[in-house]
Amino acid sequence: MSKELKVPTMAEAVAAGKKPEVLFWVGCAGSFDDRAKKITKAFVQILNQAEIDFAVLGTEESCTGDPAKRAGNEFLFQMQAVTNIEVLNGYGVKKIVTACPHCFNTLKNEYPGLGGDYDVVHHTQFLNDLLKEGRISLQGGKFKGKRITYHDPCYLGRANQVYEAPRELIEKLDIALVEMKNCKQRGMCCGAGGGQMFKEPEKGDKDVNIERTEQALETRPDIIAAACPFCNTMMTDGVKNKEKEDDVAVLDVAELIAQAADL
Amino acid sequence: MQYLPNIIFLLALLAGIGFFARNINKLRRNINLGRPADLVHAPAQRLQNMLKIAFGQSKMVIRPVAGLMHLIVYIGFIIINIEVLEIIIDGLFGTHRIFAPLGAVYDVLIASFEILALLVIVAVVVFWLRRNVAKLSRFKKREMQGWPSKDGNLILYIEFVLMVLFLTMNAADLQLQQMGADHYTQAGSFPVSQYLGELMSGLSESSLILLERTAWWLHILGILAFLNYLYYSKHLHILLAFPNTYYGRVTPQGKFPNLDAVTKEVKLMMDPSADPFAAPAEDAEPPAKFGASDVMDLNRVQLLNAYTCTECGRCTDECPANQTGKKLSPRKIMMDTRDRMEEVGKILDVNKGKFVDDGKQLLNDYITAEELWACTSCNACVQACPVSIDPLSIIMDLRQYLVMEKSAAPSELNNMMGNIENNGAPWPFNQMDRLNWAKESK
Repeated sequence: MSKELKVPTMAEAVAAGKKPEVLFWVGCAGSFDDRAKKITKAFVQILNQAEIDFAVLGTEESCTGDPAKRAGNEFLFQMQAVTNIEVLNGYGVKKIVTACPHCFNTLKNEYPGLGGDYDVVHHTQFLNDLLKEGRISLQGGKFKGKRITYHDPCYLGRANQVYEAPRELIEKLDIALVEMKNCKQRGMCCGAGGGQMFKEPEKGDKDVNIERTEQALETRPDIIAAACPFCNTMMTDGVKNKEKEDDVAVLDVAELIAQAADL
Repeated sequence: MQYLPNIIFLLALLAGIGFFARNINKLRRNINLGRPADLVHAPAQRLQNMLKIAFGQSKMVIRPVAGLMHLIVYIGFIIINIEVLEIIIDGLFGTHRIFAPLGAVYDVLIASFEILALLVIVAVVVFWLRRNVAKLSRFKKREMQGWPSKDGNLILYIEFVLMVLFLTMNAADLQLQQMGADHYTQAGSFPVSQYLGELMSGLSESSLILLERTAWWLHILGILAFLNYLYYSKHLHILLAFPNTYYGRVTPQGKFPNLDAVTKEVKLMMDPSADPFAAPAEDAEPPAKFGASDVMDLNRVQLLNAYTCTECGRCTDECPANQTGKKLSPRKIMMDTRDRMEEVGKILDVNKGKFVDDGKQLLNDYITAEELWACTSCNACVQACPVSIDPLSIIMDLRQYLVMEKSAAPSELNNMMGNIENNGAPWPFNQMDRLNWAKESK
């Protein structure tokens, strides 16, 4: 790693009398999953490079409760939500950015009803805003001329109508963005949502991630771009299943940007 | 005896409308089995949704072939109703073509009805071919076996026959007009049925009158019969699409409701001054059931959704679980909900409006846990529905019952939830290690 990551926690910031501009909600995958941690680090590299005044909750962060809610355990969800809201409100958090569409959706849509009202953005929206404000710059460089297809995460796309921010970022990389037959509103799920990430699938002919990977591979991509740690896992597994891992990379939009900028 | 046809017409009309009203009341009663739902929030948005999605058919045209054919039948349905109004007035008062004095406007009206009728016939034939010759996979799924398939075809046959009767009636009328027959005023323009009329050129005046009257009567009686068939078929969407799109979702699809009953419990748990051993007050309501196991636990919009579903199968076609061979079909969720609601309705019918437990429920007897656990909650079904039906909300409510009332989640999900409870993450990692990534090398 070229530079040490600067990852201030909310507790440190407050102790130093500072009020960070934005809270980076890392999420469980981003904190613990080896593949997703790379996304987290790439995003932090960009934040550091752009000198964004942010902080994380660190050990004070806990699962948003999203997987419990989708699995039908509303009770556990609300317990998690109420606990998290207490922490967030305690720090007077106003704005949250997260690289996980599931955290994003829950924090944005389901926390307000329980007393947690924040301006919640997905990292692709946040990065796109930074780009528009001129706080980061992007050039293709490394990815020039590559074919990239973008897989819409359900909880970012259909659930919250965020289709353009990730695409606008990708298009800045001097690449060919090739859409899958099923994209945007009709984008197919990677198979991880609704608690499926944590269980074996029901009996069927095929796994959902294999079907979706086949759709992605039809576009003959060099890179499958994702914007969700779970989609990333599912598509990576799908690409491996098809023995294409040497030809096709699965990368988060934040990783694309960090790599393009050679961070 | 002169007024006999008028009296018969009046009786047929009253019977048709009366029977229909009776069924609508039943439908209303069954929907009211459900819990109240939020119906008042964001009226402007709701109105806009209805105008765009139901009146404007905005989601139908996403699939262009079916969308265009449907648009024709839909416009035909709306426009040709003006003709039905004329037929009703004529039938009641013994007049003939009461709107004829409109002159040129009447010509345009009749001409457009005729062209639409022809287009509807074409569309209906295309629909039939899609179902029976091309055998589109979404019309051949498991839940479509038997009655649902027959129902689909029957509706097409009825529409075909109604349109043919309409054109036959006009064709014979035109012949009679040209003959100068009594009572048949010269009126209207007949761009389609004039060709059909050529087939009738040899017929005598009395045969033509018989033909015209027969077609006229069968057409209106057919419409009344079709109106009453709606309740027994999947075809209620022609009426319910409008309220259903109005009452449909006005919040982001990702926003699942937070259960108030749970919030109450959680607040109590979090309240350090709450007495955990306090006996409930005498007049306290019994604790609410978490989630849904039967139709009475669903809300009224969900039940309206079930009656509105016309089994087009776009939801199932887009469902990732269904596409990969799992048992889950969002369309079946809606069909099951309706079937169970009808079953409960019949119990109410025979028990003077009281529900008597029949030992069955929506969960397990209709919708199995295997179907429910195959859902990825991706909202593809919700997005696909051309009339704002939300199968996912029913799936989630049933899951909630399975998990919170029955502790019947798949064991891997129980592990996941245990982890969240114990260490604040779906995997067994220590919360104290949450920031370790920041110190690891790339």
